[in-house]
Amino acid sequence: MYQYDDYDRRIITERAQQFRGQVTRRLSGEITEDEFKPLRLQNGLYRQLHAYMLRVAVPYGLLSSTQVRKLAHIARTYDRGYGHFTTRQNIQYNWPKLTDVPTILDELASVEMHAVQTSGNCVRNITADHFAGIARDELEDPRPYCEILRQWSTFHPEFAHLPRKFKIAVTGTPGEDRAAVRFHDIGLRIVENARGERGFEVLVGGGMGRTPIIGEVVREFLPKKHFLSYIDSILRVYNLHGRRDNKYKARIKILVAALGIDEFRRRVEEDWEASRTPELELPDAEIARVAAFFAPPAYESLPASDPTRIVLGKDRELGNWVRNNVVAHKVPGYSAVIISVKQKGTPPGDVSDTQMDAIAGLADRFSFGHLVVTHTQNLVLTDVKTSELPALHAELRRIDLGEANANKITDIITCPGLDYCDLANARSIPLSLEISERFDRIDYLNDVGDVSIKISGCINACGHHHVGNIGILGIDKRGVEFYQLMLGGSPGNDASIGKILGRALAQDEIVDAVEKVLDRYLTIRESSDERFLDTVRRVGFDPFKVAVYGSADPLEAGAE
Amino acid sequence: MTQIIRDRAIVDDDFVHIADGAELSGKPIVSLARYIKERDSLRTLPALGVRVPPDKLPADIPDLGRLTLIALELTKFTEGRPYSVARMIRQRYGFKGELRAVGDVLRDDLRYLERCGFNAFELKQGKSLTSALEAFAELGPTYQADANEPLPIYRRR
Repeated sequence: MYQYDDYDRRIITERAQQFRGQVTRRLSGEITEDEFKPLRLQNGLYRQLHAYMLRVAVPYGLLSSTQVRKLAHIARTYDRGYGHFTTRQNIQYNWPKLTDVPTILDELASVEMHAVQTSGNCVRNITADHFAGIARDELEDPRPYCEILRQWSTFHPEFAHLPRKFKIAVTGTPGEDRAAVRFHDIGLRIVENARGERGFEVLVGGGMGRTPIIGEVVREFLPKKHFLSYIDSILRVYNLHGRRDNKYKARIKILVAALGIDEFRRRVEEDWEASRTPELELPDAEIARVAAFFAPPAYESLPASDPTRIVLGKDRELGNWVRNNVVAHKVPGYSAVIISVKQKGTPPGDVSDTQMDAIAGLADRFSFGHLVVTHTQNLVLTDVKTSELPALHAELRRIDLGEANANKITDIITCPGLDYCDLANARSIPLSLEISERFDRIDYLNDVGDVSIKISGCINACGHHHVGNIGILGIDKRGVEFYQLMLGGSPGNDASIGKILGRALAQDEIVDAVEKVLDRYLTIRESSDERFLDTVRRVGFDPFKVAVYGSADPLEAGAE
Repeated sequence: MTQIIRDRAIVDDDFVHIADGAELSGKPIVSLARYIKERDSLRTLPALGVRVPPDKLPADIPDLGRLTLIALELTKFTEGRPYSVARMIRQRYGFKGELRAVGDVLRDDLRYLERCGFNAFELKQGKSLTSALEAFAELGPTYQADANEPLPIYRRR
């Protein structure tokens, strides 16, 4: 992975020092809370319902075991013994004291980490395909470009006060989008043009939130050497013309929708022609320098092996885990392993300090000392010898992280919800816990197959409910928590936005409704190969309305 | 006389902000609207500054190159447009005069503002100029090209 040089190190160390000064000035009263707010936000420090929350950047989700041990140490020393992995591949701490935060930033800097721009109206952490570098279907590893973007975005002087936050995702696998690039402010896909040259397809204006929109192509092929100057121009057009009068209309997707993609493109190209200089071109040597940090680890030459054959023994738990959580690797004899952070009784994405320490040890022992955070709030050990899967699974079970539910209905994404967040209308974590408990039957999970459930506690959609195959949105009805049930969303290459099934459901109805939807799917699917999403797309909503509301009649289903 | 920061030093402000309709005095800074309306008479002055609201682009400022000073208004510290406008004024229009940030100008934005091409700063009222001067020394190294540095990090590493 990328290693800081003196230059990177100085930037991050000086940032930590600067924030210490800012905290001192806040505590002395030299600056007001209003003035402190953008400063702390640009260092990932939010004020939530009960306390400050610190969000630490995990660039493109990649962590070394040394960094994971540091994260464990921070959880233990400055928080309540756990951290929470987020949908943007970051980790956040829910209970740090303001006076400790400068020291936490120093600790992070010592392992080449930071909390720079993890909040605020600026360019946020760059995210990527969590199987980058190891996927069989990958055209090119996107991480070098993510790192180049990380440096470009860090303290960009022109874009520190954008109309609203700005998220960029990159994938190097044209055939399958595991980074939800169509739901980002900018999505980049590494593609090959007709002449066999590599470059980027640039998508713009996707997003979730109150107004879910699928991003559009602003440029079909951008040569690599131009990618920073072109992104500068997209940001500049947005910075100058994005709405600033209403924070709910301020994302770039609203500007793109208002101008139309053609006029938006024209403005970007015009700015680009006026601003690009030869100096801004990204030299091949720089791409090669950064790419060298992501060179494959020292794989052994092993015979190809089918993991399901290795473990076809009596251990059903292991068999299910291999079937659901193990992913094919491009190198023979190796597998990628999804560590499910969706454990019964624990909020999705929460990992304790002792689990983190143990995971760091497992990364060292089984996976070249690295792991990846996914945007589905799980972890991945990317380079495990297939023959060692049983040993790894045994270790994971020992620390309660052996759940065999990757991509299944209990592998739920949620926002923090009303338990932590002052924007939320409804609780989302208890709902996810209830769903995990209700469907805690491995045969049922396997039968239903790959279904994503995503839960948001309010329309800001931090739980990505718009792109859940099943989306659940918490709303407030005269002070009572209700939930809207949505079907048909997908974040991938077949991107779609889920639609509301019918009237909102009360807290004691919603999990029953999910079960009715799934049961109906099981009875009407064409075969066990037809995924839930495909069935919904084939048959439409009526059978599911009947299942949940007893009628497909819009009046009785209470369309709203 | 009010004090400002100019070229990283605390100096007395030799310019005077003139309200629309008020009589000119000293080296004036007038609003863009007044400048456009009274351009013929104003352009004979030996020194002239124009105060530009954040929703204007460089193309909205006639004869930009002949002005002594351009003051871009940060109506709120979260107002990000002047950062882009400043870079355009410096890098595309080649403006060599004083580029001044006025309004809700805070210490912790000075480095970014300077990198976008501002060289003068009227700090928000009541803020310490001495403390603000220290901000220029923070966050020394930079990754990007900017109004003062044509080379991005990958051409200077």
